[in-house]
Amino acid sequence: MRLPVKKTYKLYVGGAFPRSESGRSYDAEGANVARASRKDLRDAVRAARDAFPKWAGMTAYNRGQVLYRVAEIMEGRRTQFTELTGDEAEVDAAIDTWVWYAGWADKLAQVLGSSNPVAGPYFNFTVPEPTGVVGVVAPEEPPLAGFVAHLAPVIVGGNAAVIIASEKRPLAAVTLAEVLATSDVPGGVVNVLTGRKEELCPVLAGHMDVNAVDLSGVGDERAELERLAADNVKRVVSNGDGQSPWHVAAFLELKTVWHPVGV
Amino acid sequence: MTEIQKRQDRSPVPSAFDYAPAPESREIVSLEERYGLFVGGEWVEPKSGESHPTISPATEEELAEVAYAGPEDVGLAVDAARDAFDNGWSDIAPSERAKYLFRIARLLQERSREFAVLESLDGGKPIRESRDVDLPLAAAHFFYYAGWADKLEYAFPNRRPKPVGVAGQIIPWNFPLLMLSWKIAPALAAGNTVVLKPAESTPLTALLFCDVVRQAELPPGVVNIVTGDGRAGAELVKHPGVDKVAFTGSTDVGKEIQRAVAGTGKKLTLELGGKAANIIFDDAPLDQAVEGIINGIYFNQGHVCCAGSRLLVQESIYEQVIAKLKRRMGTLRVGDPLDKNTDIGAINSREQLEKIRELVAAGEEEGAEIFQPPCRLPEKGWWFPPTVFTNVAQSYRIAQEEIFGPVLSVLTFRTPDEAVEKANNTPYGLSAGVWTEKGSRILSMAQRLRAGVIWANTYNRFDPASPFGGYKESGFGREGGRHGLEPYMRFE
Repeated sequence: MRLPVKKTYKLYVGGAFPRSESGRSYDAEGANVARASRKDLRDAVRAARDAFPKWAGMTAYNRGQVLYRVAEIMEGRRTQFTELTGDEAEVDAAIDTWVWYAGWADKLAQVLGSSNPVAGPYFNFTVPEPTGVVGVVAPEEPPLAGFVAHLAPVIVGGNAAVIIASEKRPLAAVTLAEVLATSDVPGGVVNVLTGRKEELCPVLAGHMDVNAVDLSGVGDERAELERLAADNVKRVVSNGDGQSPWHVAAFLELKTVWHPVGV
Repeated sequence: MTEIQKRQDRSPVPSAFDYAPAPESREIVSLEERYGLFVGGEWVEPKSGESHPTISPATEEELAEVAYAGPEDVGLAVDAARDAFDNGWSDIAPSERAKYLFRIARLLQERSREFAVLESLDGGKPIRESRDVDLPLAAAHFFYYAGWADKLEYAFPNRRPKPVGVAGQIIPWNFPLLMLSWKIAPALAAGNTVVLKPAESTPLTALLFCDVVRQAELPPGVVNIVTGDGRAGAELVKHPGVDKVAFTGSTDVGKEIQRAVAGTGKKLTLELGGKAANIIFDDAPLDQAVEGIINGIYFNQGHVCCAGSRLLVQESIYEQVIAKLKRRMGTLRVGDPLDKNTDIGAINSREQLEKIRELVAAGEEEGAEIFQPPCRLPEKGWWFPPTVFTNVAQSYRIAQEEIFGPVLSVLTFRTPDEAVEKANNTPYGLSAGVWTEKGSRILSMAQRLRAGVIWANTYNRFDPASPFGGYKESGFGREGGRHGLEPYMRFE
C-alpha cells in the first residue's frame, strides 16, 4: 500500500507560495490552511502594486491570451477541481467564465470608451484604464466559481488583485493559485490569501495603497468596511453586476484626452 | 540664452497697459432683498428661521439675505422631490422630458447676460469668464443632456436603464451655475428629481435658476434648491429619502460624505480636489505653452479643482520659460470682476483668502522663491495677486496641497520618466497638461499620467460631451458625455 503525498495549502503572494509569516494555520475542509496575517495582506498589496505596471502595460490582446491560458490549464485539472468542489457544473462554469472574460480584454475600450464631439477644434477621446490594485473578498459560496467570477473581471482590465478566498472552503482557491502560477499570469498580478475574513477585511478596506475593493463576500461588516474604504476614496463594489463588462468597468478609470486640431 | 533674453529677465516687468474702465452694467440684475428656499415649485420660508447675507467679494457689499436650511427644511425638499418623482416625472414620456431640458437650455441662453453679471457679482469671477465660459457651457450642458433623455437605452445597451429616484446634489462656489448644470442636467435627463444645495458663498445664480425652472414650466418638485452651509449638505447626504448623492468640493469633505453613505446603498459620485501637473517639454511651442500656463493657473483666480498648479518645466528651457511667464504675468489685470478687461477677479471669500495667504506664507517659510508682478489691488474686497513660486521642492506644502488660488509652484525635470514620476507623486489625479510638439511623446505621456483629464497642448478646456472626473483621491464617477449619465441610472 502506498501512502498518498498530501499537499500543504499555502498563500500565493508575488508569484510564490509562502506560509503565513505568522506561522498560523486553521482547519478548513479537513486540511491545515494558512491563516494569513495583516502583515501577509500588506505584503500582498505591495506585490500587487509592483506587478501592476507591467500587467497594465501589456497589450489587451496579450492579456486576453493569458486569461484564456488560465482556462486551458484549468481544463486539464478538471478532475482535481471537481474533487475539491464536489460539483462538476461549478468547475465548468469557472472555466467558462475565464474564457468569457478573456474575450473581453480587447473589446473593453471599444464598448466603454468614446470619441467625444466637443464644440471646438479639438480631438477628444475617452479610454478606460485600470484603477490599480483591487482588493477582492470572494464569496463564501460557490468556492471556485464565485472566486473566479470576482477575480477575472478585475484582472482582465489590467488591475492587480489581492483576493481573500472563501473562509470555509478555501482549497479550490489555493489550487487555482497553482493554475495561475503556471499559466503566464505574471507573479503578483493575483495574490491569494486564506484566513479569517474578520481579521483581514478591515486591513484590506483601509489600506491606503488599494484603489478599489469588491466586498461581495462580506457579511454584516459591510458598512464599517465601506467607511474604512473612504480613507483614500476607494471605489467600492458591493455586489457586482454579475457576469458583464459593467462589472469590469467598476474597476476601471476613464481618461479623457484633449488635443487641438490645426495645421 | 541670448543677450536680449537675459536683459528681459533682469528688467522690471512691464506694467499693464492703462485701460479705461469698461464695467458691465449691473442694471440687468434685479435682486430680491431676501430669498427663501425653493421647494416643490414654491418659495418657502425656512423652518430653521435662519438666514445670512451673501456678500460680493469685490466690494464686501451685502447683496441679499439668503435662507439657511435646517434639517426640517432639507426633509421637506426631499419629500417634494420624492413626491414629484413618484407622481408624474418618472412616468412622463422621455421625449417630453427632453423638451423641458431644451427649454432650460434656451432660457439660459436668452438670459445669459443677466446670469453672467450675477455670477460675477456674487462670486467675484471676471465677467469675461462668466460671459464666455460659464454661461455658454451651462446652456450647452442642458442642451447636450436634453438630447439623451429619450435615448437612454442606446447609451446603455442590454441594461434597461431606470432613474435612481431622488438625487441630493452639493456644489462648490467656484463655478456656481456651471456646476449646477453639470449636476441637474444629467439627473433630469435620466428621469430623476433633485434637491440641490449651492455653496453658501455663491447662492444667487442657483436662486435665479429657480425662475428659469418656473419659465420652463417644469413640474413642481422636480428641482428643489436649498441654500445653506455645510450642515444642510450633511443633512442632505444622510437623508434616507435620497437615493443618489453627487458632490463636488474638497477631498476632505468628500471622504466624510463617502463615510456617511457607507452601508446605505446610496449611489455616490465625488468630484474632489486636484494638484495637477502642467508639463512643458523643451520642444514645446513656448509662447503657446506660456499662455497655457497662465490659463491653467490664473483662470477663475485659480479657484479650479483641475488648475495646473504644479508647473513642471524641462531643465533646458527653465530660465526661458520663467522669464516669459513673469513677463506675461505682468500684463494680467487684477480688479473689478464686472470690468470687461479684468483677467483676475476677486477671491471668493475671506476664508479662502486666508487659506491662500497661509499656504503662500508656508511656501516662503519653506524656502521657495516668490514672484508677484506689481499690481494695485482695490482697497475693499478680497484680492490676491498672481503669484509664482520657483525653487520649490516636491515636499513643500505648496507642491503638495491644493491652494485653490492664483498661486503656481514651479518644479523642474530632465527626462520624461522623471516628469511622470513627479506628476503622479500626489494622492490626487484629476487632470494634467502636456506641452510638446512630438506626437508620440504626447500619447506616451497621456497614457502614463494617472489623471482623469489630460490636456495636450491646451489646458482648462471643458465641454458637455467630454467626460470629466478624477483618479485616486480626486474622486470617482464622471460628469459629461455618455459616461455622465451612468451615475444617475440604475439597471435592472
